[in-house]
Amino acid sequence: MSLTSGLFNYWGAIILMMAGFWVVVAQNNLVKKLVGLGLFQASVFIFYISIGKVADGAPPIHDPAVALYSNPLPHVLILTAIVVGVATTAVGLGLIVRIHEAYRTVEEDEIHALDVEDDEDGEGSGRT
Amino acid sequence: MRDLFGVVMLFGIYSLLTAALFMDLDAVDVAFTEAAVGAGVSTILLLSSLRLVGRHEKPHKHNPLLPLIVVGLTGAALIYGVSDAPLVGDPNAPAHQHVAPRYLNEGPQETGIPNVVTAVLASYRGYDTLGETVVVFTAGLAVLLLLGVTGTARQRDFGSDDDRKVQRQVVKTLIPYIMLFALYVQFHGDFGAGGGFQAGVIFAVGFVLYDLVFGHAHSRKVLPAQHLIRFGALGVLIYGGVGLYSLLVGKNFLDYTALAQDPVHGQHIGILLVELGVGLAVFSVITLIYSTFANRKVAQ
Repeated sequence: MSLTSGLFNYWGAIILMMAGFWVVVAQNNLVKKLVGLGLFQASVFIFYISIGKVADGAPPIHDPAVALYSNPLPHVLILTAIVVGVATTAVGLGLIVRIHEAYRTVEEDEIHALDVEDDEDGEGSGRT
Repeated sequence: MRDLFGVVMLFGIYSLLTAALFMDLDAVDVAFTEAAVGAGVSTILLLSSLRLVGRHEKPHKHNPLLPLIVVGLTGAALIYGVSDAPLVGDPNAPAHQHVAPRYLNEGPQETGIPNVVTAVLASYRGYDTLGETVVVFTAGLAVLLLLGVTGTARQRDFGSDDDRKVQRQVVKTLIPYIMLFALYVQFHGDFGAGGGFQAGVIFAVGFVLYDLVFGHAHSRKVLPAQHLIRFGALGVLIYGGVGLYSLLVGKNFLDYTALAQDPVHGQHIGILLVELGVGLAVFSVITLIYSTFANRKVAQ
């Protein structure tokens, strides 16, 4: 395996990660940002799992006929991370729903404009 | 893409493709989890929050140049950073040197279960998994604190019963098999791909499906929300209880050899109990989060 082709897993993960990063920083809609965060998160999962792969290895379930397995450790870390990831995404969605109820919008610039408006009113009461 | 429904659907497809990729990389347990969680639960959660915040994005004028430069620079730095990383599939990579050979060589003998991923998850790294179960439970609590459990079931317009005859029949036929499969995944996780995390999610998906087709009033009768939070707490308690029990009989926290005379048998019981706790906690939290989102009234 030549040097360039052996690193493609990292490049793929980085490209996906940057795509997610771009969505998070450049998009205006909060739901889109959260999807971008999910994209970013999944790229980290791909990165870990590709590290755990051993060429010609088998899935790490013990079998007397198999001698070479892939590394089970990244699998364990990512398996739990996926479930924790969906739980934290749900918390993020909960926050977005509450933001929508308070501001009537989930567009970042509109929320910002409403905040500035509030500050200029000098009430300091904020939104409920 | 202005329509967020499309965005969510594409994200679900992305998750499913990722699961296929994990399968190819020998991570069968992870592929299983990603398929159930990424393509199933998170899509449902995103869709049910789209109902609350609206599915169309407003057009906005932003200069994409600065984010593009930042992202490009970060990406270039990362690409440069991995240029001397170990090649994919290299058996001598540092990641395969430290504890992994021990898990693979000793794991099946020490714990008596063939699935090394389950052995590492529930036994060798039991502390991590306890922490993660607590995180999942805490996330469930956070969603409850943010959105609250509404006391009365929101009346959804389902039309007459005749409207959904086919759907209801299909779902009615499918649900017992989904539940049975979840139990299989739960208890067969020691021997094949699966375990508490996957089983909990699949069980929750069965309930979500029931709720979607039959309406919330029906699913509340089967399993009220206040019971769900108790089940979640019970799951975490089972896990923590196993740890405390081993402390009380004079062993280390989560040392499963305390559970039986024979250490391998103790590991067996310990892993079974801990996976049960995880499954119960994950199932209740996912179902609870879904019903919280589904019950929230759309803001006027």
